[in-house]
Amino acid sequence: MLNAAGLADVTTGGAALVLSIVLPVAGIVLSLVLGGRRAERIALVLLPIGFAIASAIFVQVARGGHSLAYIVGGWAPPLGIVLRADGLSATMMMMTAVVICAIGVFAVADFRTSKDVFEARAPFAFWILLLAIWSAMNIIFVGGDLFTLYVALELLTFAAVPLVSLDGRAETLQAALRYLLFAILGAVFYLVGAVLLYGSYGTLDIAMLSERVRADPATIAAAALMTAGLLAKTALFPLHLWLPPAHAGAPAAASAMLSALVVKGSFFLLVRLWFDVMPGIPGAAGTQVLGAFGAAAILFGNVLALRQQRLKLLVAYSTVAQIGYLFLMFPLAFNTASSALESGNALTAGILQAVSHATAKGAMFMSAGLMYAALGHDRIAGITGVGRRLPMTVFAFALGGVSLIGLPPSGGFLAKWLLLDAAVGSGQWWWAATMLAGGLLTSGYMFLVLSRAMTPALDPVKLHATIPQYQQAAALALALCSLLLGLVAFSSFDVVQIGRPTAA
Amino acid sequence: MTTSLALDIGLAGLIFAIGTWTVFARDSLAAVIGFVGYGLLLAIIWVRLSAPDVALTEAAIGSGMTGMLLLGAAARLRPAGNQSTRTSLGGRFAIGVLCGMISAGLAIAILFPPESIPSLAPTVMQNLAPSGLGNPVAGVLFVFRALDTLLEKVVLILALLGVWSLATDRAWGGVPGLRIYLEPSNTLTFLAQLLPPVGIVVGVYMCWVGANVPGGAFQGGTVLAAMWLLVMIAGLRNVPPIDGFWLRFLLVIGPVIFLAIGLAGFVLADAFLAYPAGYAKPLIVAVEVALTLSIAVTLGMLGAGPPERSRHS
Amino acid sequence: MNAAAWFGVCGAALVGIGLYGLVINPDPLRKILAFNLVGSGVFLMFGVVAKRGAAAGLGGDPVPQALVITAIVVAFAATAMAVALLLRLFEATGEANLDSSVSGDAKGGDARC
Repeated sequence: MLNAAGLADVTTGGAALVLSIVLPVAGIVLSLVLGGRRAERIALVLLPIGFAIASAIFVQVARGGHSLAYIVGGWAPPLGIVLRADGLSATMMMMTAVVICAIGVFAVADFRTSKDVFEARAPFAFWILLLAIWSAMNIIFVGGDLFTLYVALELLTFAAVPLVSLDGRAETLQAALRYLLFAILGAVFYLVGAVLLYGSYGTLDIAMLSERVRADPATIAAAALMTAGLLAKTALFPLHLWLPPAHAGAPAAASAMLSALVVKGSFFLLVRLWFDVMPGIPGAAGTQVLGAFGAAAILFGNVLALRQQRLKLLVAYSTVAQIGYLFLMFPLAFNTASSALESGNALTAGILQAVSHATAKGAMFMSAGLMYAALGHDRIAGITGVGRRLPMTVFAFALGGVSLIGLPPSGGFLAKWLLLDAAVGSGQWWWAATMLAGGLLTSGYMFLVLSRAMTPALDPVKLHATIPQYQQAAALALALCSLLLGLVAFSSFDVVQIGRPTAA
Repeated sequence: MTTSLALDIGLAGLIFAIGTWTVFARDSLAAVIGFVGYGLLLAIIWVRLSAPDVALTEAAIGSGMTGMLLLGAAARLRPAGNQSTRTSLGGRFAIGVLCGMISAGLAIAILFPPESIPSLAPTVMQNLAPSGLGNPVAGVLFVFRALDTLLEKVVLILALLGVWSLATDRAWGGVPGLRIYLEPSNTLTFLAQLLPPVGIVVGVYMCWVGANVPGGAFQGGTVLAAMWLLVMIAGLRNVPPIDGFWLRFLLVIGPVIFLAIGLAGFVLADAFLAYPAGYAKPLIVAVEVALTLSIAVTLGMLGAGPPERSRHS
Repeated sequence: MNAAAWFGVCGAALVGIGLYGLVINPDPLRKILAFNLVGSGVFLMFGVVAKRGAAAGLGGDPVPQALVITAIVVAFAATAMAVALLLRLFEATGEANLDSSVSGDAKGGDARC
């Protein structure tokens, strides 16, 4: 169980936690009042600053070996709110910072305010929404109170939904509305669970709850409802219907943010809930059910991706599948002896999968967007020859795919290897079989796309627009991150385990 | 069974009946009108639950503003018939069973509270005095859990940006086409001239007094927003274009002041969002005033919708 | 069973009926309405928890009451965004439903990304 002794660590590093939330919020507010292309400038100024803060937190947690905490307003729980950054938070914050910086650089070309207007709709909205997503993700990672996390979830939803409909086409409006309905219903289910938990235990602080929680009907109902709500927001099969049209319909930079980051937010809350608040509640049955949904997501998502004719939809269905891998870590982290979830290799594997998927998928959506802009369409049948004209872009797409399939030395390989190891070690061979099948299917559609792209075209491919080098470089940089993540195996990737409760 | 218990049971039953009716009613406009009535009854229930702040918020925002938005939408969507397919009888039965199970689970969870009911009321009252506030709910909102309140304001602003982003590129920066679903009539003009002065006084009073008695920034701000919307709908004032500097300034003044005071807490008190000793109440009142202005503008513009005509047309 | 318990059961029932309406009704406006029903049911349950926590001379525990106020505002923001999206969808397509008949993913679409 987590002890509340984490509260004693209100180090100066704790103030960085506040800054990581407050700076993007200040950016949002300033952009609104200053208006115009200053929104873009403010966002671009905050990119390196936010990256520095995330790095500072990461380094401090990794070096110090313990979590950071900050008591907001000086009021300790249960009355007040605490911000906590353990190894899990620090890793996810670092991932978010890297992905947002890459996407920010990438998006400069797409969301530029033209000279003849003071303020343009899509660029103004985009840069503010980027800051909002960053702020919401940071609150999700460091928030220590279930209700603060609810507000953060809603903030994330309101930042993500307008991104889906940013270009104003009718089908994106529909996708956005469907996404919004799923998301707010999920949030309300999360809230009802929080009500039940407060009613039983008198606090919503994660550390205090982890001490007080017991397996009674109200708690089990709360766990079930909160999980259902968060699964709807994470688009786990069968609640995944909203994701493909929403992620495929958004502009390229927005799709990258949605697939790479937004779905990881609600996933992270699920991890906090199951691993930190109530590790002993779900039981073997609960974890196996979650794993089963994950396996179904892997198979369905990959099969549907194979059948897609449009590149962005293929990448979106691939997200549905890769989310399934994340949920395999729950049955694999379950220790039958203690009948509770343990934070061991399976947790590291799941987080590594989340991080490498974020970087890989971000790169893939950026590449797909560049190909769309260059060719004027994203029909897979028609991308023949684009490999010659946009080699960096296609290479970035391929590297992202390497991580999704799970080839060494990518982060995806290390994550899947750890998961396979855990599956074989605990005798749950069925998850191993699913992962192998998923890997095969993923290679199937990656091969489909890449072989088409690399085939020399009969007629020279006409590009509709010139693609700036730095956009391709941003995509490639992110893809290289996902490729090289597997090398953390050589260092001690214990950062995730910092601040974890030791086995009871 | 005492009369008050009978009244409460009657209220609960009535609200459930109206809620069910709004789900199954054929006509959308009728369902929304039912929903407004539902909201007002809900406010009464909140009073019965000894939560007057919540009752005010529910009446103002939950029933008033939400009802206004939904009424406007229902009126505009009336011509569209519903051509979508309805779910099969088997599907409806299965979903009904699932919903019934969820309700039953929740009911069981709420009917069997733990033996010793945990409550933070004593802790709140013990710690309320240094801040000088008399209203414990205001204390929770602005002192103990101020971060949530700050973030909630950001959520509101972001929702407004999201609504604005639905405009066409051409209309950006322009004037929202406030859904005038009533022909400006003499009655409406009369109301719009009579009510706002009263409403403004009520709104300001609710904000001012919220530190000590039920009320506060959200409730007061909503009343002000409602008065503003009334005046705009009646055509007595023009809807402002969304890129006006003063509009944007008022929009952000609340969170800016809240954030500034919070950050000053790093230096003047000992933590983010902490108040220096002795200055808590005036600072909180300042925050509440600024927030009331921001909330009034935000809610008013949320009611007005995305911009539709360029300001130069 | 005291009054608070009756209100709690009512809240639980509203969550169920609202969820049913949200899933069953094809019209997005009715879905939004049903979502508000679910939300108010959840808030009622919060209110019951607050009433039960009456102590120290107060009628109810102020922490859940404050949380409900925040949640009401957030739920309104969600409704506002949903209604705006719905009206914009109606303007753009002339219909207001969530069927996939509007999507054009059979064609390649033009370069908008």
